[in-house]
Amino acid sequence: MTDQTSSGSFDWTAPEFAARLNKRKRSQIALKLAGLAAITIAFGMLFLLVASLISTGRHAFTQTFVQIEVFLDPAHIDSNDPARGNYRQVLTDTMVKLFPDVADDRAELRRLTTILSNGAQFSIRDSVVADPALIGQTVAVRVPVSDPYDQLNKGLIDRETPEANRRLKDDEIANFDLLKELGMVSKPLNRWLITNADSRFPELAGLKGAIIGSFYALMTCFLLAFPIGIGAAIYLEEFAPKSRVSDLIEININNLAAVPSVVFGLLALAVFLGWFGMPRSAPFVGGMTLALMTLPTIIIATRAALKAVPPSIREAALGVGASKHQVVFGHVLPLAMPGILTGTIIGLAQALGETAPLLLIGMNAFITSAPATPFDSSTALPTQIFIWADSPERGFVSRTSAAILVLLTFLIFMNAIAIFLRNKFERKW
Amino acid sequence: MYDTPASGKTAVTHEVKIAARKVNVFYGDTHAIKDVDVEIEDKTVTAFIGPSGCGKSTFLRCLNRMNDTIDICRVEGLIALDGEDIYAPSIDPVQLRAKVGMVFQKPNPFPKSIYENVAYGPKIHGMARTRAELDEIVERALRRGAIWDEVKDRLQEPGTGLSGGQQQRLCIARAVATEPEVLLMDEPCSALDPIATAQVEELIDELREQYSVVIVTHSMQQAARVSQKTAFFHLGNLVEFGETGQIFTNPHDPRTESYITGRIG
Amino acid sequence: MTLFAFLILFAAVVIGYILNLRAARAIRAGGTKLHSLDGFHGGFSALVTLVPTFFFIILWLMLQGTVIESMIKAGLPDGTLDGLGTGQVQLIMSEIRSIAGGRIFGTPEEWKLEAAERLVSLRSTSSLLLVVLTIALTAGLILLTRKTVRAEFRARQGVERIVLGLMVGCATVAIFVTIGIVGSLVFETYRFFEMVPFTDFLFGTSWEPQIPLREDQIAAKGAFGMLPVFLGTMVIATVAMVIAVPIGLFSAIYLHEFASPRIRAVIKPVLEILAGVPTVVYGFFAILVIAPAIRSFGTDLGLPIAPNTALAAGLVMGIMLVPFISSFADDALAAVPRSLRDGSLALGATQAETISKVLFPAAIPGIVGGILLAVSRAIGETMIVVMAAGLIAKMTINPLDSVTTVTVQIVTLLIGDTAFDSPKTLAAFALGMVLFVMTLIINIFALRIVRKYREIYD
Repeated sequence: MTDQTSSGSFDWTAPEFAARLNKRKRSQIALKLAGLAAITIAFGMLFLLVASLISTGRHAFTQTFVQIEVFLDPAHIDSNDPARGNYRQVLTDTMVKLFPDVADDRAELRRLTTILSNGAQFSIRDSVVADPALIGQTVAVRVPVSDPYDQLNKGLIDRETPEANRRLKDDEIANFDLLKELGMVSKPLNRWLITNADSRFPELAGLKGAIIGSFYALMTCFLLAFPIGIGAAIYLEEFAPKSRVSDLIEININNLAAVPSVVFGLLALAVFLGWFGMPRSAPFVGGMTLALMTLPTIIIATRAALKAVPPSIREAALGVGASKHQVVFGHVLPLAMPGILTGTIIGLAQALGETAPLLLIGMNAFITSAPATPFDSSTALPTQIFIWADSPERGFVSRTSAAILVLLTFLIFMNAIAIFLRNKFERKW
Repeated sequence: MYDTPASGKTAVTHEVKIAARKVNVFYGDTHAIKDVDVEIEDKTVTAFIGPSGCGKSTFLRCLNRMNDTIDICRVEGLIALDGEDIYAPSIDPVQLRAKVGMVFQKPNPFPKSIYENVAYGPKIHGMARTRAELDEIVERALRRGAIWDEVKDRLQEPGTGLSGGQQQRLCIARAVATEPEVLLMDEPCSALDPIATAQVEELIDELREQYSVVIVTHSMQQAARVSQKTAFFHLGNLVEFGETGQIFTNPHDPRTESYITGRIG
Repeated sequence: MTLFAFLILFAAVVIGYILNLRAARAIRAGGTKLHSLDGFHGGFSALVTLVPTFFFIILWLMLQGTVIESMIKAGLPDGTLDGLGTGQVQLIMSEIRSIAGGRIFGTPEEWKLEAAERLVSLRSTSSLLLVVLTIALTAGLILLTRKTVRAEFRARQGVERIVLGLMVGCATVAIFVTIGIVGSLVFETYRFFEMVPFTDFLFGTSWEPQIPLREDQIAAKGAFGMLPVFLGTMVIATVAMVIAVPIGLFSAIYLHEFASPRIRAVIKPVLEILAGVPTVVYGFFAILVIAPAIRSFGTDLGLPIAPNTALAAGLVMGIMLVPFISSFADDALAAVPRSLRDGSLALGATQAETISKVLFPAAIPGIVGGILLAVSRAIGETMIVVMAAGLIAKMTINPLDSVTTVTVQIVTLLIGDTAFDSPKTLAAFALGMVLFVMTLIINIFALRIVRKYREIYD
């Protein structure tokens, strides 16, 4: 019964078998190549993403300025009320001095003054208001040029393009080149990208408001989500009896983690703004919304960290007569802290990049000053990116990329801290 | 004191199936196998015994190049199957493993039907041209695995639904379905109860008629019951190799003696 | 003043702690044995003072605005608000508020100035009242707990009970969030269906919420039919999954089976970076690079491709989902016991055969769960589509065309000023309800599959 064929009855050396083996080998290689191709595509996309951001964003890290001698004409500025002076005229006069031959042609003159940023008059006004003694003197100031000339100076406007399709006409380019030859044009590092708040003019727009708004929102998010998340996690992991209720909470938390972020925005809009009448566009409300979203992440991370503390620690402490609370808060929690912090930072990093819920509570408002308190209207970094990405001015393309690079820098920094914590304090029990 | 080896008394010499010369195995920096020389005969059950961590399983896994699947493992020396170096570049591990079947410590049926479990090997190697041929191969393998009568009415049920002993016999059937010449068994009974163990041991004795069987075991009784040749490993060294009866009754090396009398282990 | 209230609370907590600590020490010094450590007596007082007062202050702050506002409204001359819509009332109230804040534009009516004055005085009364009540409450609580310091008082158990109560409170926050989500969506959606018939919304094939409707036209047929919006969502999600599933699965297979540990150590973090990029960045990437590239490619082929083609949004969304799917698939493959892999290899199967015939089928439930979660993400993803997809709802399944999605409509309907009584605003909540229900069903299903699958091999 056991046998009719002896072992090795199958002829492994038959050509048929060899051919089959080759075919199998080929499909093995094909699968491997498919995997490599998939990874290459993913890598390629990441590379393309970063490369396109850097190639467009790097232009926003410098800004073109012109150095001009401005005569603060008392005829245009009343020393009793310097804030109401006609600074536009002051600047026009300055330009006339530089290009005397256009002085009579008003239209030409207007085009000429567009070399300077629209914000130049305000920055001069601010310095005069700060020091009215300047009136009547000639001061050297460095003012930003407007976006088209900034683009020209950065080589982003192709001089070979037919004049009709170009944003700057030949004579405008000639004017700017003249300023350049006079050595009045400089292109310093654009620290205003960080120190200015938003503006309608790309050359003046900065991220100060957005960064502070994001900071307030993130702080609120942390102050709410961290204690509540840890409290909830400790209860569920260490104290909760296995009951239907704790099961329900558990399922609820897992599902909450997968609810689309825009739904949290709807919740915030209806409840925080609609029912409680909280202020629109406030980072505090944004932070509360983000806290609701981050809560499940922190709870899940904390529970994982608590689970990782071996039962022997608990048993040892209970064995010497500590109460359950003393064990948890005195022994388990400190040991789990690095894991909890890592999870929290990763959750906060996610919250920092979250956009949709902030849009719904109005954090995409156009606000030209940084918020002084968490209750003032403000934008946040991701919503600022959204606003700039939506703006038609060419200069905002590079600003958007630059803002993204700033946001990514913050994210990388936060993740680096998380990785550092994980590596430094991770223990193998 | 020990069970008499099944048929060890009649010392028939078979041709050498696998010859190993100066085999060294490294796991990263750990020197797991040291200069092992051994000759495994055809149509014989050879047992590898020794305390845990002595390298017997590692050595077994060298014989069908399963160690290739572990990244940090490095094998040196010569292992020849029918006089052909199995680590030569011309040898394909895929082809080799079809000739040198393996049964593992824990039964590991695939989460497929009983039929598909056994048909898996023949299918990938293209051993059957028609469905009827495949059916025949599966039946033959299940009969050799001494499990046909128990499963013939439920071939389409999942293999994971069988009892532990049945699962292990299914895995043996799966291994013999590709018509191997050598069957490696890595502690095949360690996860089984005594009754299932007895059934598998009986099966091993039957398999000896067609295959060269190598079995790793930590149970000396089992080695004595099923094997004709026994190799004793200790700390990566092959201490002693010989007729099972001789190893158990008259060991030459003091370490072997200590082990089988229970002083080290 | 609010800060002042919190400072009082803080001081009260410290005082209560010290008082009870000292009282406990005094008893101990008298030779009596206390049940609990001195610190617990102090802590008991601190917690008993802190918790109720803190919630009292928060509640006061949350409610005072609404209460004061309704008092102002009630105090306005009779008939001023009669017949005005919510928007106009809000406008009047914000004018009163800005007058109260000292920002007066033009010459407001006399009654507005009066109301503003009343607002200022009500606000200061409220703050004063808050401080007074905080002092009274904390003082009462300190006295109350001071009396508890006795040898046999179980202060430790008291502290632990309060802490446990707080933790239970924290755990139920998650439940309240869910209740809040469901409640607000149901409430606003119900109001929406009072204006637009349920069936029109669910089965209507025309979505034109931006067209201004006259009062009597609000429920005009087809204006709020969600089908084209839903279809657009599906088109983009499908494009995304067509990209993400093969790339994600093949990278997971490569990572799991073919990559050496060193290569794995490079690839994994890069995929994690890809997963950590905020979606607004992907959205910008779509409009900056991908959409122009697809268009110029289409022009070369002579294909009519819309400027904000569903392809661009879907493709970028697919890239976003690759790390998600690949990490799920990688986990699922890793969960398959090694013995199965060994068993297959030992039979002479190649790695490819082992993967495709043994590991992959065994991991299918986990992988399917991951893919379902990815689908739910694709449906709920907002920023990429808000930036790269269209605004006009079309009944089309052509991915070259421009389509809109549920999330795009929610955001565009709610961006800018929102009044809670227009069907336009409420429609966003109805769409949010659809989105929530859809993703919830998929998530519950997916999480159940994933959990079941883990149990098999655990």
